[in-house]
Parts: sequence; structure tokens; C-alpha cells
Amino acid sequence: MRRWLPYPGLALALLLVWLLLSQSVSVGQLLLGSGAALVGTRTMAVLRPPRSRRVRLAPLMKLAGLVAVDVVRSNLAVAAIILFPRKGRVSGFVRIPLELTERGGLALLGLILTATPGTLWVEYDQRRRTLLLHVLDLIDEEEWANLIKSRYETLLLQAFEQ
Amino acid sequence: MIQAPDLPQWAALIVAVLVLSGAAVTLVGSLGLLRLRSFYERVHAPTLGSTLGMTLIVAASIVCFSVLRGRLSVHEIVIALFLTCTAPVGFILLARSALYRDRAERRLSLPWDEEEEAGEMPGKD
Repeated sequence: MRRWLPYPGLALALLLVWLLLSQSVSVGQLLLGSGAALVGTRTMAVLRPPRSRRVRLAPLMKLAGLVAVDVVRSNLAVAAIILFPRKGRVSGFVRIPLELTERGGLALLGLILTATPGTLWVEYDQRRRTLLLHVLDLIDEEEWANLIKSRYETLLLQAFEQ
Repeated sequence: MIQAPDLPQWAALIVAVLVLSGAAVTLVGSLGLLRLRSFYERVHAPTLGSTLGMTLIVAASIVCFSVLRGRLSVHEIVIALFLTCTAPVGFILLARSALYRDRAERRLSLPWDEEEEAGEMPGKD
């Protein structure tokens, strides 16, 4: 079973995306989608990613809600910065020490921070466990670090770490 | 073949508002590429188009084709999924290569970099 289907969850997700794309659940599309899912997951197995532990869904759902609100808010904030430039706005780098070490969690945090306009994930130092973040409207470095740690990292720790 | 004139007026209004506001958000993001000063600032601007702009246009497409075909059209969500997973990877790579170049050419010095160099003096590690 493990040999043929190394990542059952990933295979199911690939099949679902395939069916969504083809907009049908006919036998032909099911077969094609399953084939694609098998090839996809076996390719993934060749890459040998470290097996991630069980992920908790409840904190992730809560995180998705928070991120949706934050993305809309920062879209408006960045649009305001572009349309009405104000004097004295400073952008710059912030270094934030992270407790999160799980690769999946870090990848998700990178996606969230970069997809949110106004913050940009630049670099993660694995040895020091620090994140270098670029902020478009930097008022208080300490405040940014606290915001990211309390708003996103806590939930990600709950979801990914034991 | 389905035609846009088949769309009832109320739906056309919703679709028009969604498409126009999505396009406006994306336009503001592109304007940011012209207006912002440094490279790192400019990387922030196009994320407007890849988040809110994209969401509004995808929502317009869902409304339009759900009404036209008389059944729920949800495969547009896959666009949002793919774009959300891939666009940030590109932005992160751009920012990292800019930082790498700035460090190599010593055009940018972060207070932490000096600390790091001092920590990596021979015989210390």
C-alpha cells in the first residue's frame, strides 16, 4: 500500500483538483485523474521529503479566517500608500526570531506573509532560527515581531508541532 | 455557445462591479511598480493583483458562469489555489536574489549582517 500510494492525502487532493479542472466526474476523468495522482505522488516520493507529522485542522481553519481578513485590510493599506504617498513613511527590514521549525509550517508562514501586501518574507536563517522580513510601512519593529508571533506563529505551532 | 447578453441584468451588474473593482485593485498594484522607490518596496506592489484583484475577478467569473449555465461553477477556485501557492514563491525568490546581490556588492548593510560576520571570525566557531 505504502509502495503504491506513498502520500494518500496528496493523491486525493490531486484527484480532486483534476476533477475540478475537467468539471466532470465521468469514469474516464476519474481514471485519468487517478493516474495523474499516482504519478504525482510517486514523483513526490522520489524527492523524499521528510514525513510531516499529523496536522491539526482546527487551528488552520482559524488561521485561514484571520489571513483572509488581514489580506483585504493590507490590500487597502498598500493601495492607500501607492495612491497617496505620505512623507516620512519608512520601509525596512525586521528580524524576527521564530520558534516554529516544522518545514510545512514555515512554508505556510512564508506564503501567508508574502501573499499579504505590505510584508515580504526575504530570508530564513536555519541556524539562528530567525526570519528576515521586509515591511513596506515600518513604524515599530518590535510591534511587527509581536504581531506576527502572536497572530500567526502561535496558530501554526498548534497546527504543526506536537 | 453561451452569450453574455443572456445574462440577466442583476447578475450583469454584480459581475461588472466585481470585474471593475478587481481590475482597479490590480491597476493600483501596477501603479505601485512605478511609484515606489526601492526594489524591495516594489515587490510589495504586484501582490495586490495576485490577492484581492485575483479574488474579485475569480468571484465575477463564478457568478457569471453559474448564472449562465444554471449550475454552480466552482472550478475557478483552482485558479485562486494555484496563484496563491505559486505567486509568493516568485516574490520570495526575487527578494532573495536582490538581497544576495546587494550583500555581494556591499550596497546594503543590515545591522545583523555585521554581527554575523564578527561571529564567524576564524577560531570562534
